[in-house]
This record gives sequence, structure tokens and C-alpha cells, in this order.
Amino acid sequence: MPLTPAITDLEQLKDRPALARLLAWNATAVTEARFDRDELTIYIDRPFIREAVARLRDDQELRFNFLADVTCVDWHPGEPRFEVVYELLSMARKERLRLKVRLPGADPKLDSVTSVWPSANWFEREVFDLFGIHFEGHPDLRRIMMPENWKGHPLRKDYPVEGYR
Amino acid sequence: MGHLTQPLLEPGAEDRTMTLNMGPQHPSTHGVLRLLLEIDGENIVRMRPDIGYLHTGIEKTFEAKFYQQCVVLTDRMDYLCPLTNNLAYCLAVEKLLGLEIPAKAQWMRVMLNELTRINSHLVWLGSHALDIGAMSVFLYCFREREDVLRLFEMVSGQRMMTSYFRIGGLALEPPVGFFEHVRKFVNAFPSKVDEYESLLTQNPIWMRRLKGVGHITAEDALALGATGPTARASGVDWDLRRDQPYSGYENFKFNVPVSNVGDVYARYLVRVQELRESNEIACQALDGMPEGPIKADAPKVVLPDREKMKTQMEALIYHFKIVTEGFTVPASEVYQAVESPRGEMGYYIVSDGTPKPYRVHMRSPSFANLQTLPKMCEGQLIADVVAAIGSIDIVLGDVDR
Repeated sequence: MPLTPAITDLEQLKDRPALARLLAWNATAVTEARFDRDELTIYIDRPFIREAVARLRDDQELRFNFLADVTCVDWHPGEPRFEVVYELLSMARKERLRLKVRLPGADPKLDSVTSVWPSANWFEREVFDLFGIHFEGHPDLRRIMMPENWKGHPLRKDYPVEGYR
Repeated sequence: MGHLTQPLLEPGAEDRTMTLNMGPQHPSTHGVLRLLLEIDGENIVRMRPDIGYLHTGIEKTFEAKFYQQCVVLTDRMDYLCPLTNNLAYCLAVEKLLGLEIPAKAQWMRVMLNELTRINSHLVWLGSHALDIGAMSVFLYCFREREDVLRLFEMVSGQRMMTSYFRIGGLALEPPVGFFEHVRKFVNAFPSKVDEYESLLTQNPIWMRRLKGVGHITAEDALALGATGPTARASGVDWDLRRDQPYSGYENFKFNVPVSNVGDVYARYLVRVQELRESNEIACQALDGMPEGPIKADAPKVVLPDREKMKTQMEALIYHFKIVTEGFTVPASEVYQAVESPRGEMGYYIVSDGTPKPYRVHMRSPSFANLQTLPKMCEGQLIADVVAAIGSIDIVLGDVDR
């Protein structure tokens, strides 16, 4: 499988059903898109994420019925520092889609998607625990991996691999 | 890892309920799982799993290693199916690099993956039966598991932490006589599954302990993120090997067992059926095993053969460069999912053009599947919790990472 360059032009990608549907719903919610290695990534503006995933789930044609994963990438010291990543799967169409939300380092919070997908509960708790991202409207936002009295968020890039000694 | 100092689930719990702590050192939690149960007599009102006791920060460790060094870390996460983790990680990095894997390596990967599934399901079946009280099944299962582990040892030198799949192919040629041993195993195995089934499937005690217990619907299973046999036993007809084939699975014919019942017994039946199907796939892989190289033709990524290093200068240089400096991977990101014995095992890798991954995240099936446990157990009896835990087949190394 020879590598083809990534497509980042919204105009070229707007035929993709998932992107077309999101653009038709709210063109301001989509900030960027990227098609690379057969995987489509759509960047969603922070205030719209919950509604965007709900729409993708409920759309009769797309039917993204499964949230496979929620995770985060820390681009420290770059800004916007965090990218929260959602991996969606449509079992009907056998298709995957990645959504991303960029967050500034000073104010890392966004809406929780637990009301759309209960499975996001633990995924978001893990991101909260290891990255310190606050999910607003999460029913039970506690640490999940680290002890409750732990200081810091270990998967942030400014957290040393050996931990603080 | 949560409220150690705070055993009550929520303040103001009613007087008639009490909180029971189960684990983390409890034999039937298959590791270090802690469950907080709020009970009313024998009935569970509410359940909260508490995890993280085996958290090793493995995702952080990945960021400090070269890509090829990370393969050994993947074994240690889900220690019952190391080769599945190897495969998911290698496929993800190969996707980033755009590597073409030779047919023989792909076939070997499929065959060993199915043997791994057999290995994992045998541990599950043995320990699940032991939890329920059927002691002897454990001995039968571990007899065959030993055979599988011997095959792994033959091929990789290790029984459990195999690290046999490498980025670009396999670590070594399989040894002389290996395929005959696999043939012997796959020929004998179906009759062994009959043996397990004769001990359990129609056993009245087994059926009464499992039927109608730990029920979950397809909608709930999907909403809570369940995959693999846990979801398939509830009627979710989804198997990545068939629906999003990887590593040449599209060349194999097999059935995906699905049940619509959704209880512990259905999950048992689905997994036992999977044992047979896995054996069938391994058999097909053995029959159609192609000849040819086992490593991709990518000298900057794949370590050269030992012999070449002794005769060719370039091979020696490449070897030195890969070992000391690693190899760079173009900046991008991929998500690669494979069907592990427990469900969707996904690797999300972000590369930044350096020899070390910028970020690796594992979507582990046990972690997501464990979220279904409260749904299965609430309103049921304490004694059934053990059956339900066994039926979702979690590995705590995989849950906590």
C-alpha cells in the first residue's frame, strides 16, 4: 500500500457523506478536515461537539452507532494544546470516522458526550484523569486509573516519564 | 483507582442497604478488580467497579521508546493474547509507514492469532468454570492450553510474552517441524472441545447457574461500548475479522457465532463456538500457507538477517542504525483495530516524524466491556456477580494498562 499525500482541502472532501452531513447542518462547526491513510478526520469546533456526535448517531443514512474510543493528544508547548479524539464506527456502513476537538491549554474543557453514548463515561474519566480535561455535564467525573489524591496528570507532555521524585 | 477512604457509594444511602466491598484481592475477579456493591439482602441495588490497581502507565512508556522497542510492551498489556496486541500494534505502525507485508507473514499472523484466541478462550473457560464450581474443566482446558503455549515457545522462544510479530513481518522463520506440530494440534482439538462441551453444555447445574443470569440487550451492549463475544452473545452481529478484514482475513472462510439471548450462558455458547471456528481458520491458514519471505523489503525498518550482516556491509550499517537510532515514521496518525478474543482491540498512534511515537493509545476491549458489568448485575443476586464477571472475560492488565 503506497502512501498517498494527505488531503486537507475541505472542498475536495465535501463529497464524503459524514462531512457533507455535518457541513449541511452547521458549516461553522467544522473547522478542518483531513483524509490520510484511508482515515477521515473532522475537526469540530468546541461548542458543537455533543450535538455533532448526536447527529452522526441519529442520522438514518450514516448511522454511526458505536463510539469506539475517546482519547486525547497533548501538543505541549504548542497551542491549542489539547486535541480530544473520538473514534466513531458505523456498523451498518462498515466505516470509521475520527472527530477531533482542539482545546486551549489554559482552559481545557468541553461538553461531555455521555448523554449521547453512555460508553463515553469511562473513556472521558480516563482522559480527565490522565490529561486533566474537564468534561462538562459528565455524571461522575472522578479519577479512574490514578489514586484519588494523585497530583498532576501523567500523560501530559510536561509530566516526566519517571514521575516527580 | 478511587475512593479507598470512602466506601459508601453515595451519601444518604438508605438504612436497609449495606455496602459490600469485593476485591481487589478476590480470586474470582480474575486479577485486581474491586467492586463496590450496595446490597439489599442478597440483591444488588447498585454496583461500582473500581479499577486502576494494575495501571502501569504503559501509554507513557511508549512515548519514550523507539517504535521497534514498543513491540515488547504490547505483550504485557493483555497477557492472555500477546500476539493479538503485537499484531494490532504492528499493523498500525505498518499503516503509518505504508509497508507491504509478504503473504507468508500475513498467513502466519492469522494462524498464530487464532491459536492465541484458542489459548485465551481456554483460560477463560477453565477459570469461568472454576468460579461456578466445575473444577475438572480447568484441568482439561489447561492441558490443551499447554500445547498451544508449546507451539508459541517453538516459534518465538517464549511461552507467553512472545513478541513474535515485528514491524514489517515476523521475528524469525518458524522452526523445522513447526507446521507438523500445529497440524497435530488442530486435528486433535475439535474432539477436545467436544470433551469440554460434554462436561458443561447440557450439565443441569451449569445451565441453572448461567441461564437468565447477567442479561444485557444489544442496545445496551452497544451503548456501553461492548464488543467481541460479549456483544455478539446479545445479538450484535459484528466481527472485525469479517467486517473490516485486516492481515489477509478476507481470504478465510469462517462463521461468526451470534446469539440473541444475551445471558451468561449465551456468552458461554458463543465462545465455545469460537473455539471451533478459530481452529478452522488455523487449519485453513496451515493448508494455504504460502512460501516466500517473512519480512517486508524495507531495509531501513526491518532488521537484516544475521547471515547478511556477516557478509554485507550495508546490512551491518542498517542494523546498527535501526538499533541505535530507530527509524523515523512520517508524521500522521492512524487507528487500527483488530478482533482480539475480547473484542475490538484498537491502537491509536500519532507520529511526529521522529523515531519515537508521539502518542500511543490503546482502545482495550476489557476496559470498555467492563462498563457493562453494573448493567448485568444490578437487580440480581450477589452469587451471580461471579458468573457475570467470568462471562465478560476481562483481563485486568488490559483494563488498567
